This record gives sequence, C-alpha cells and structure tokens, in this order.
Amino acid sequence: MKSLREMDYSVLQQCMHCGMCLPSCPTYEETKLERHGPRGRIALLRAVADGELEVTKALGEEMYYCLGCLACTTACPAGVDYAALFETARAEVEDARVLATPTRSAVRWFALRLVFTRPRLLRALGRGLRWWQASGWAERARRAGLMNLLPENLRRLEPQAPVMRARFSHELIAPVERPERVQRRVAVLTGCVQDLAYSEVNRATVDVLKANGCEVLTPPVQPCCGSLHAHNGDVRTARELARRQLDLIDPGAVDAIISNAGGCGSHLRHYDRLLADDPVYAARAAEWSRKVRDVAEYLVEIGFRLPRGGAGASGEGGNLAVTYHESCHLCHGQGVSRQPRELLRAIPGVELRECAEATTCCGSAGIYSLTQPETADRLRERKLWHLRATGAAVVATGNPGCQLQIENGYRAAGEQGPEVVHPVVLLARAYREESGEVRSV
Amino acid sequence: MHDTLIPLLGERLGAHRVLTAREDILPYGFDGTATLRGRPRAVVFPRDAADVSFVLGLARAGGVPVVTRGSGTGLSGGSVPHEGALVLCLAKMDRILEVDTANLALRAEAGAITQKIHEAADAAGLFYPPDPGSMKISTIGGNVAENSGGLRGLKYGVTRDYVMGMEVVLADGSICWLGSKCVKDVAGYNLRDLFIGSEGTLGVVTQVLLKLLPKPAARRTILATFGAMDEAAGAVSAIIAAKIIPCTLEFLDRTTIRCVEDFARAGLPREAAAVLLIEADGHPAAVADEAAQIEALCRAQGATSVKCAADAAESAQLASARRSAFSALARVRPTTILEDVTVPRSELAGMVRAVEAVARKHGLTIATFGHFGDGNLHPTILTDERDAAEMHRVELALAEIVEETLRRGGTITGEHGVGLAKKPFLRRQLGDASFELLRVVKRALDPDGLLNPGKIFD
Repeated sequence: MKSLREMDYSVLQQCMHCGMCLPSCPTYEETKLERHGPRGRIALLRAVADGELEVTKALGEEMYYCLGCLACTTACPAGVDYAALFETARAEVEDARVLATPTRSAVRWFALRLVFTRPRLLRALGRGLRWWQASGWAERARRAGLMNLLPENLRRLEPQAPVMRARFSHELIAPVERPERVQRRVAVLTGCVQDLAYSEVNRATVDVLKANGCEVLTPPVQPCCGSLHAHNGDVRTARELARRQLDLIDPGAVDAIISNAGGCGSHLRHYDRLLADDPVYAARAAEWSRKVRDVAEYLVEIGFRLPRGGAGASGEGGNLAVTYHESCHLCHGQGVSRQPRELLRAIPGVELRECAEATTCCGSAGIYSLTQPETADRLRERKLWHLRATGAAVVATGNPGCQLQIENGYRAAGEQGPEVVHPVVLLARAYREESGEVRSV
Repeated sequence: MHDTLIPLLGERLGAHRVLTAREDILPYGFDGTATLRGRPRAVVFPRDAADVSFVLGLARAGGVPVVTRGSGTGLSGGSVPHEGALVLCLAKMDRILEVDTANLALRAEAGAITQKIHEAADAAGLFYPPDPGSMKISTIGGNVAENSGGLRGLKYGVTRDYVMGMEVVLADGSICWLGSKCVKDVAGYNLRDLFIGSEGTLGVVTQVLLKLLPKPAARRTILATFGAMDEAAGAVSAIIAAKIIPCTLEFLDRTTIRCVEDFARAGLPREAAAVLLIEADGHPAAVADEAAQIEALCRAQGATSVKCAADAAESAQLASARRSAFSALARVRPTTILEDVTVPRSELAGMVRAVEAVARKHGLTIATFGHFGDGNLHPTILTDERDAAEMHRVELALAEIVEETLRRGGTITGEHGVGLAKKPFLRRQLGDASFELLRVVKRALDPDGLLNPGKIFD
C-alpha cells in the first residue's frame, strides 16, 4: 500500500476544507475540536504528505479515535474519498509503530494474524465460547467473583461477547441450494461474527434469495473478508485474504456476490482498489467489485417478490412497529439506505417508524467499542435514546456489529428491549408464514 | 511575557481549553478559503465574555495578535491566523440563551450554529431568514462578523438586518452591550452596525440578539431550465420588473449544475445551460399568484421547462443542493477559488458575459452560480494551486473580473467579506478618503492593532 507521501495527492487535495462534514462527525460533535473532525484529520494527513508533520503518537491516536463511520463521506459535497485516506493513514500509523506496546502488538497478532485468518480456528474458539456461555460456567464464575481475577480489559469484554449460536452457518446451509426454478446464480458470504453469532441471518439470506429464484452457493468454510484488517492498518493481510476469497469464489461464475453485513460489504466492494497492482488478481478483483451487492440492494435490484405473509413476531396479527438503524458502512460506505426500508415496508403488517439520527454511528464501528469504550458507550446511549423514542417493537439493522452493540446496550441498561434483527430475517419469516410453515430459527 | 502567556491562559481556562500541540493547532491554520494558511501559537476556548476579556488583556500585555474564529467556514480568509497569533475559538460557546416570542427575538452565544438558530426559531413558529451556504455548521458570531448573506437576501436582506443587539468585548477588555430588544432605539451612535461585518478587527462579539419574523405560511419552489444564460438573466430582469420579489432567485450554470447533481441527486437537468431556482413565500394566496406569474414570465423568456417542487421535502432538497454548489465544484479540479463580486441587477447579464470572456482569454475553467436576484455572483475558478503558471493566469483573471465589476458600479464582495482574499482591491473600490476612514475607526478601537491584524487592510 502506498504511504501518504506516495499516494495520489489529489485525494488529499480534494478536501477544500469547507467544513460541511463537521456536523455529521460524531467525534467532532463530542469535542468540538477541529482535530477530531474529518477536515482536521485530513489537514493532518496532508501535513504528513507535505513533510510538515511526521507520523506521531498523537496522530496515531487521532486516527484510532476516528470511528471510520464515513458519515463525512455522505456529507461531503466535494467527493473526498475519506475511506482511502483513513485506511492509508491507519496502515502508516502501524508501520511507524507509534502506538506499539507489547500487549497491543500481541493482541493484534493474535486477532488479525492468527484468529481472523483461520476460519476453522475461529469456529473452534466460537465453540469454546459457546460451551462457556451455555454450560452455566460463565454464570457460575460471575457469581463466584472469579471474573474479578481477569485483567480489566477482559473483564469488560466478557459480558459484551456475542452469544454463540448452537449451529454455525455451514450447519444450517448446504453448499449449493436451488429453488424450483433457477433464474439467477449468486454466492453468499457468511462472514465471521455473522457466522458464529447470527448464523440465522445467513440462513435467512439464503432463504430469501431462493424465494426469489436464486441458486445459492455458500462455501462452507470461508476466510474473513479482510475488512477488519484493512480498517485496522493491516493492509498486507487484507490483500492476502482478498486473494483467498477470490480463489474460493469465482466472480465469473455468479451473477452477484451477496453480503449481508454492512461492514464487510463496504470493504468487499473495494477489492478492485486493494488488488489494483496485483498482476494475477487485478482483473478478477475488478469483476468481483462489480458484482458485490448488499442483500437488500440485490433483492430490490431484481424486483423481489412481495411477501403475502406477515412478520410473524407481532403474534396477534396486529401491526408490527419496526424502526431501522442504518449501519454506517451500509449507508455511508455503500450508499445502501433506501433498499432495506423497501424490504421492511413490503412486509404486510410492518409499520416502519423512522428513527432520529438513524444514520449516526451506534458506537460499534468495527472494534471501536473495544478500543474506545467511553466514546462508544456515549454513542450507544444516544442511539438507544432515539430508538426508544420510536416505541418500535423491533429494531432492524443490516450489520452484526450494530446488532450486537444495540443488544448489549439494552442489556447494560437492564431492559428487555425490542427485538434486534436483520431485515432479511423479517422478510424470510414473512415468506415462511405464507406457506404456513412457522419455524423460528 | 510570551513564556508566561500559555501557563497563565491554562491557569484561568484549564489546560484542556488551551491547545498548543502541533497536531491540535495545525487544523486551525485555515478556514474555508482556498490556498490560505497560517500557523497560530495556540488555540484557546473561552467560556464567556469574561474569559474573552481575560484573554484579550493577556494578549495586549504580551503584544500577541488575536484571531477570533467560529467554525472556520469563512470564504475570504478572515479567520486564517496570523503567524504566531492566538486563535480565540468561540465554537464551544454555543448555547441558545433565549427565544422571546413576545418580542420576536432570540439571544444566543456567538458560537451557536446558524442552523440551530433556525431550528429554535422554527420550533416557536418563528423564522430567522439569513441562510448562508454553510449554515449547517457556520456560527452566528461568524455570520455577524462577516455580515453573511445567503439565498434569501433578495426579499429578507442579510445578517445585518436581523441583529438587534450584541455583547462585544473590546480590545482593552471592556465588555459592552450594544442595542436592545426595542424595535426603535436611537440612543447614541448605532455602534452595533460598526461591529457587523468588522471581520474580528474591532472587537470580539460574544453574544447576539436577533430579530425573528413570523414563519411564512406557505412556500413554493420553482425550478426553471434555460437553454442559454442570457434567457435566464432575462427572466430575472422580467420578474423584478413585474414587481415580484421572490424569497430566493438563484442561478446555476452548466458546470455547477452537473457538480451539484453528482453530489445531491436532486433531479437538476444536467443538459441545461442554466437553471433558476426560485422560491416564493408568504400568504398562500399570494404565493400561488406569484408562482403563476413567475412561471409565465420564465416561459415567456424561453425557459425549456418550469417545474414546481411537489412538497416541502423536495423544496428543501433543492435548496440544500444549491447550498452545496461551492463545495461540489471541488469535484472538477483540485483548487476551487470562489469570487463574490456583486453588481447592480441591471448589469447582471453583461457581467456574466464578461466573466465568460475572461475565462476564455486566460484559458481557465470558471463556473458561475449565485444569487441572481441580488446581483451577487460567485464565479468560481477551478484550478490547481500546484500549477504555478495557471495560478498566475488565475491572478490576472481575478484582477480583470474585479476591474469589470467596479466599472459597472459593483462591489468586490457581496457577502464573504474582504479578509485576506479581497484586500488588494479594497482601496480601488472605496477611494482614498473612505479607505482612510476605516483606518481611523480601527485605530480608535484597537490602538495596538492586535485584533485580527492584516485583515481587510494593512
């Protein structure tokens, strides 16, 4: 990856510092300091490119204080590619090792290089966590005060960990599933967190695609897409994972490659850029990028069949009030905002209630809730406040990070809270209801 | 003194309100103006007028220049810091203090965001008309300091027309209140007008008392498309001649239309040579009548299409698309140099043609948009600051545009202020006697020359 000094200067120059991004930026909103807003961050990066500033610890901290939510990208009339600047800057911060400590380096190696490059290992860890959560040991340990023996970070993390599903995606989905009449052929990406913690979303994705004439290919063992790595300064590993993904799924063999996780999709679309200089993979990556779709986007694009069944969860057949929280990397990163709402509105009995600040980050932001817990908590509180104001019984959202963040928020507040669910899960329920087959996954 | 300045500031304000680290202060080296940059010594965040007074006292004792700033969206370099200056950033003094529905007034701290003021007025069924392009982040203090305009200037005037009073801290640290909630008030000189548009060179405005209007009962937005620039200009003249004063009468040329549409997807016609965005507001019957007349006049002048926005949401989308024009033009070339020349309305068509001729002569791309109803044009030169040869041609073109403006009885700046960008042309416009009068005023209020030095004039 090119450094800030080597990269195309016009990307930096594109910012004409008009300030239109500032009101959209959660960290600027929080501090009202220019440094913590997009315009200020870009000025710092330009100073690095100009040789006026070296990559300092303060710059490194700044780039990790940035959520990477890309709300500024939507707000920017000048069309600044902040995502590219953000990824380049974080990679440069890592290269310069200005934030490196033995613990941080060890955690990064364990997560980015070890666990999230080996899908089978990740699943094994998921099973371990599942055992811990389901066996009652977690509860027992908590009651016995054993958790206090853990280092503070882990103690904080443990209750936030997503609940592992009894069955992961490959146990719910066959590698190839065909509807009665095949009109299209697509590949479904099952993700990492989605695979372990929300495997029902993957099942629902396959269900709704099948219900719309798609033959669905779902490779049972899929590598991480590399989003985690690219967003956290490890571009080399991100490239390697992209190549593995391209080896696994030939974009030429399908009409579309379907993602159902906003954070992943935002990165998956940029394989072309990521591998532009790769003599072997560049062409394949370009085709891949052309064919990546968010599941809601694709369903709307192919004119999905309107369900006759209801959303199920209403129980008494009354209206179901649903609000939609937009995943940052789905709405700002991919420009997919209208389509999930169309899906929801299409479900009989669903009353879609708009939520204030629906496009503002919930604080999940990849691993931000782990790295910047205080800011993440404040953003989550604000999000919950707006969600509660809608009075909706269901919160729909298109990204597992958001789903977990919001669920954890209600739990931390000691509330039962609304059901938090991916839009395709509701749509899948509606399709199932019409055939009279009511099954909850 | 320099050595003790920062610790003393920190002692009073708290260390977190005094920034000196490079990474913290570098982003305060510029505003919304292209190519201008400075490096301040420190950035301080006062909490109230007393803090501002304290800071000015210390600055005076140490002979340190002070540059006041809000959100830094200015377009003439007014808040670009002098080398080594203290930046006094009022962005955290952002409270709306009072909405007085009995007296149709609103009082806010200088750092309050213009948009929030609109929203607070709107919530009370009232209306604060000035709407500069950057209103969603600009501060009211900055609007007052630059006497900002906006899209509604034609019917409602500019910021000056809505300032009833203000709290201002003078260079010697004294805190004055100027004006009142009275509709009529002629006690003494009208000093608040002196500070409106003074660009931070005479004092620091810390609070503003604004006049509000009842919210217009109805609005209608019309988008008229033209195949030639002259026809659009003709339509504007025809509307004014018919004694109709719409709320807004905005113009965009083809380059601007395309850039704005690329960003906003508001449904602007990409193939049009020019569009007029017109808004009528007021009593529903009057609005309907005006809209019908405007439509007929536009058609008579050769409009290829005239469309009414279907609802308030579509109107708002068109207005916000228009407000993004300047920033959206940055899509074309790396550097976007925005002009603000204004001519008497009868000179508009001729002025637009003159700008086109200048662009051709110097081989430059100049997009033009602006407030046609006000005669306020924003010719925007799309260039690259790293191309020295082209930047030289830009300088020549700017001088010629200014020359042409003055020849037609216009002004070098309609709403952005003089700041650094228009400074070279000010004496030409004002003439020696008026120009010297500015200096007399400046010396009287800021004898040490520490408030935003080098702005407006040297």
